[in-house]
Amino acid sequence: MTLDTLPPRRPDRVSDGTDASARASQVRRVGAVRDRHEARHGLPSRSLLVALVLGCAALMVVDKTGGEDSPVEPARRLAGEVLGPAQAGVSAFLEPVLGIPGALDTNDSLRDRVAALEDENAELLSALRTAGYDEHRLQQLDGLRTVAGDTGYAMVPARVVAIGPAQTFSNTVTIDAGSDAGLHPDMTVLAAAGLVGRVTSVTSHTAVVRLIADSGSTVGGRIGENMEMGLVHGRGRIGDDAVLDLQMVDASVVPEQGQTVVTAGSQDGGPYVSGVPIGEVTRVFEEIRAGTYRAEVRPFVDLTALDMVGVVVPSGTQTNRPVIEADGNLRMPS
Amino acid sequence: MRDSSRLVAALVATVTALLLQVTVMPHLAYDGVVADLVLLVVVAAALVTDARFATLLGFGAGLLLDLAPPGDHVAGRWALALMVVGYVVGRLAHDHPSVADRRPALPVMLAAAAGGSFVGSSVFALTGVLLSDPSVPFADQLGVVLTALALDAVVALVVVPLTVWLFTRRSGPPPTQVTPRLPLPARRTVVR
Repeated sequence: MTLDTLPPRRPDRVSDGTDASARASQVRRVGAVRDRHEARHGLPSRSLLVALVLGCAALMVVDKTGGEDSPVEPARRLAGEVLGPAQAGVSAFLEPVLGIPGALDTNDSLRDRVAALEDENAELLSALRTAGYDEHRLQQLDGLRTVAGDTGYAMVPARVVAIGPAQTFSNTVTIDAGSDAGLHPDMTVLAAAGLVGRVTSVTSHTAVVRLIADSGSTVGGRIGENMEMGLVHGRGRIGDDAVLDLQMVDASVVPEQGQTVVTAGSQDGGPYVSGVPIGEVTRVFEEIRAGTYRAEVRPFVDLTALDMVGVVVPSGTQTNRPVIEADGNLRMPS
Repeated sequence: MRDSSRLVAALVATVTALLLQVTVMPHLAYDGVVADLVLLVVVAAALVTDARFATLLGFGAGLLLDLAPPGDHVAGRWALALMVVGYVVGRLAHDHPSVADRRPALPVMLAAAAGGSFVGSSVFALTGVLLSDPSVPFADQLGVVLTALALDAVVALVVVPLTVWLFTRRSGPPPTQVTPRLPLPARRTVVR
């Protein structure tokens, strides 16, 4: 088939009528003749093939054993320097062409996608904007659970939904739990930090809470350190300068700055349950005429920033909303 | 003069194929396997030129492929693989002169591309095994080789005719290239 496999140099195969001397000369120049034939017909000579294969093998060995600093690295780097920018150029040039499949999207599908993305965006934005608020509420709820566990009272969590205007000269708020939740007047309302006030009236879904800072509010309290009783009056001021007045029952007892005032409690837990922190004594006055001491108490609760509060309810109260039980667990409505 | 024009065609085809292979083809990749444009250029060159030129072109193009930026393997592996492809395809085309017309038929091109792809990928994979360069399990390598074969066969429909056209167009006046090949069978019959 090929010239290689059919060597023309065997005399018995040569039947083209050449004479002996020509045959002899052909035999003598075997290699040269074959190479010439291969060269003429475009076949690579064996020496070339061997050289190329050996070159490949040598290159592989050198590169393999050389590792990081093999002699091939400079060549590779050079190729990278030349071809890298060309690749980047071609890539940039072809980018619009490669984007054609994306351009073939129909207008309708694009509109749908825009609508879907806008919806998703709005949802995410809303979630983002309320994230801080939600976190704060979570903290408050967590605080309420801690208070419930500390004080041993079950409570219904509720949110402050309205704050009475200053024009009414009463400091009341509305919470979003009412008689349906098992609330009734003269229940204690507290927040994670301390006492908030008491329920004065309820509707089926809401309740009005009189804050302890209301000028008409009087809370029986005692000084935590020495159990001395007193009455805590509101002054009608909430906000940063919210101050309560503490009037001691025993005229000889002098409150001291930094002492904590807690609720004293009364029969059947109404209107205030006992042991809820009210505030901290900040200043002490002597009322010379009455012969008693008066102290200013700063409430623990920021009354202008009320949100999540808890209404103390008897354990096992039937409500339509979850109840934080005395052990701090959340009981879902049955 | 004929050689120089052929050299220019080879250079243009190889560099273009290399650039397209690393920029465009990844967008058309199937399972990460990319059509081997450089290999197809070598196959096409082997079909229309002689085996010697195809072998040298395979060696050069493989060397370029070894050194071009994304390449990270041991240099010389593609050079050996494409050299073998160029030699085998060129030799087969040379031994079957009916195939080595100026414009081979499309099925011939396809068969040559598929065979060349298989041979090239296999040689490349085998050198990898010998050098334990990537140390990939043999079954995985076979899967990749067969996928590459299918992809190459599809892409060859465009690339090989294009390259063949490039080579035959640039290679001087037609008669001078065709005539040396024609006396060959005639003389062989005489010899026998």
